Amino acid sequence: MKQFLSFIKKEFAHVFRDRKTLIMLFGFPIVQIVLFGFALTNELKNANIVVVDNAKDLASQQIIDKLEGSKFFHVQKEIMTPSSIDAAFKEGKIKLAVVFPVNFNTDLLHLNKASIQVIADASDPNTAQTLTNYITSIVSDYQTQLSPNAQIPYTIQPEVRMLYNPDLKGAPNFVPGVMAMVLLLVCVMMTSVSIVREKEMGTMEILLVSPVKPIMIIIAKAIPYLVLSIANLCVILLLSVYALDVPVKGSLILLMGESILLIITALALGLLISTITSSQQSAMFASMLGMMLPTMLLSGYMFPIENMPLGLQIISNIVPARWYYVIVKAVMLKGLGFSFIWKETLILAGMAVFFTALSLRNFKIRLE
Amino acid sequence: MSEIVIKTNKLTKRFGDFVAVDEITFDVHKGEIFGFLGANGAGKTTAMRMLCGLSIPTSGEAMVAGFDIFKEPEEVKKNIGYMSQKFSLYEDLTVKENIEFYGGIYGLSNKEIKEKSTELIDKLGLHNEAKKLVSSLPLGWKQKLSFSVAIVHQPKIVFLDEPTGGVDPSMRRQFWDLIYEGADKGITIFITTHYLDEAEYCNRVSIMVDGKIEALDSPAGLRKTYEATTMDEVFYKLARKAKRSE
Repeated sequence: MKQFLSFIKKEFAHVFRDRKTLIMLFGFPIVQIVLFGFALTNELKNANIVVVDNAKDLASQQIIDKLEGSKFFHVQKEIMTPSSIDAAFKEGKIKLAVVFPVNFNTDLLHLNKASIQVIADASDPNTAQTLTNYITSIVSDYQTQLSPNAQIPYTIQPEVRMLYNPDLKGAPNFVPGVMAMVLLLVCVMMTSVSIVREKEMGTMEILLVSPVKPIMIIIAKAIPYLVLSIANLCVILLLSVYALDVPVKGSLILLMGESILLIITALALGLLISTITSSQQSAMFASMLGMMLPTMLLSGYMFPIENMPLGLQIISNIVPARWYYVIVKAVMLKGLGFSFIWKETLILAGMAVFFTALSLRNFKIRLE
Repeated sequence: MSEIVIKTNKLTKRFGDFVAVDEITFDVHKGEIFGFLGANGAGKTTAMRMLCGLSIPTSGEAMVAGFDIFKEPEEVKKNIGYMSQKFSLYEDLTVKENIEFYGGIYGLSNKEIKEKSTELIDKLGLHNEAKKLVSSLPLGWKQKLSFSVAIVHQPKIVFLDEPTGGVDPSMRRQFWDLIYEGADKGITIFITTHYLDEAEYCNRVSIMVDGKIEALDSPAGLRKTYEATTMDEVFYKLARKAKRSE
């Protein structure tokens, strides 16, 4: 026990003496949360659109008023020829153009049918899709307004409710993602680097000659990072609740428990990386490539897994963050209990056991 | 004859077809300074690693500090100290923290650690440096500290793998003073070196050539046998036979 305590003390000294890394570890999640929360967002606000009103009549004016009233658009009214619209798109000045034909109102009133041309910059398909949806709904809104008493038989009125995130904010989506990423970064990269450093410095030999058991080396190495990760997790959750208004709806204890499960999986992975690499650089590179990228790309946090080709969907199953992401979303945003996430928990636990066993088996007790 | 603390019998290590250490048999006595010489690649580091439990022998037998290296590796570990070729202290810890750490992992009590670290700092004259990071010390001091830390738990044997690489002769002299002091306390010193002047300081010297022990005697005895005036000459006469090179 005394041996073990001395070892843990030494590991903490390493961690706290390396100020730069420590600042990076705590700075990284804060910067991410602030960036994603306040600067980078996929919510569209004030998109530049241009309205070409060839009609200049009542109906066109009313629709334009509605567009201008919407927080989604920043409307420029200009008389533009088709070629100048084209040029504005090419320069990227506008995301969308709405063109009213001449006689818009007359057509509407007399023919009961009028059309509006909506041109969107689909080089960014998601934005184009979202913007045209907004336009369509504003127009159909106007239509209902025009004939409130119209006798249309069999109307179907969809009543849409956005569950768990009624304002469609971006934050609830990325907070769980940032949590997964930070935990993996701290645990996988830091653990593997710290073990490989002992190999590189030659101190590993001394440890192996000493009566310290290899398992003790491993556990002692992992403990400071476990503590750091939990501290980091608390910072992220505090920021999320107080700065981004993303509350923890479910049980905080359950969320912590699940996070510790991910941390253990990550520590085991870090250890595994340390057993197969021999320099700090390659350990860092392996954790970056092996953990960060799959976590960002395949966990469902940036891109929905359902939209991926089958091959990638299958690969995504072995990314621990994928399961953690589902769990955190369920607990944090939906307030679900353990009975809803036991399957994901079981998978994550299975991974933790598997990686721990594998890395313990690989950890070289003797230097050959 | 005093107690035997290291005894090997046809100890061998193969890496595939390559025989790094070829049936070496020798005894080392308590309190002896035993020099282990050989050209680079002669197999001395591998032999030492087997005795420390860092490498599993392919065949043969060995007892270290009275314990079988195959059957009781844990007991062997408790009774030996080791200082490696690469510098073996933590650069980002202070002098005191290093002493405390190594004392701790060898299971010394807090009281013992405290006494030892005061004693060590006194002996090495590191009062002003005790709370400084090891990385700020000059290499010679680091090596002296490293040796002192390797025997902090009073092992029966200490293995030193080329401990004096890269330091000037006066520092090496000081380092050897520490070694003699350790030997006087009854600690057996097993040292590999390629400084042949250092071989003269040993009680007995073994010279390895191509994985085999070619000669083993006191420095005076070796000079007599090989009709040489210095250890240098002895070494060159033997090493000339080597077929292996690096």
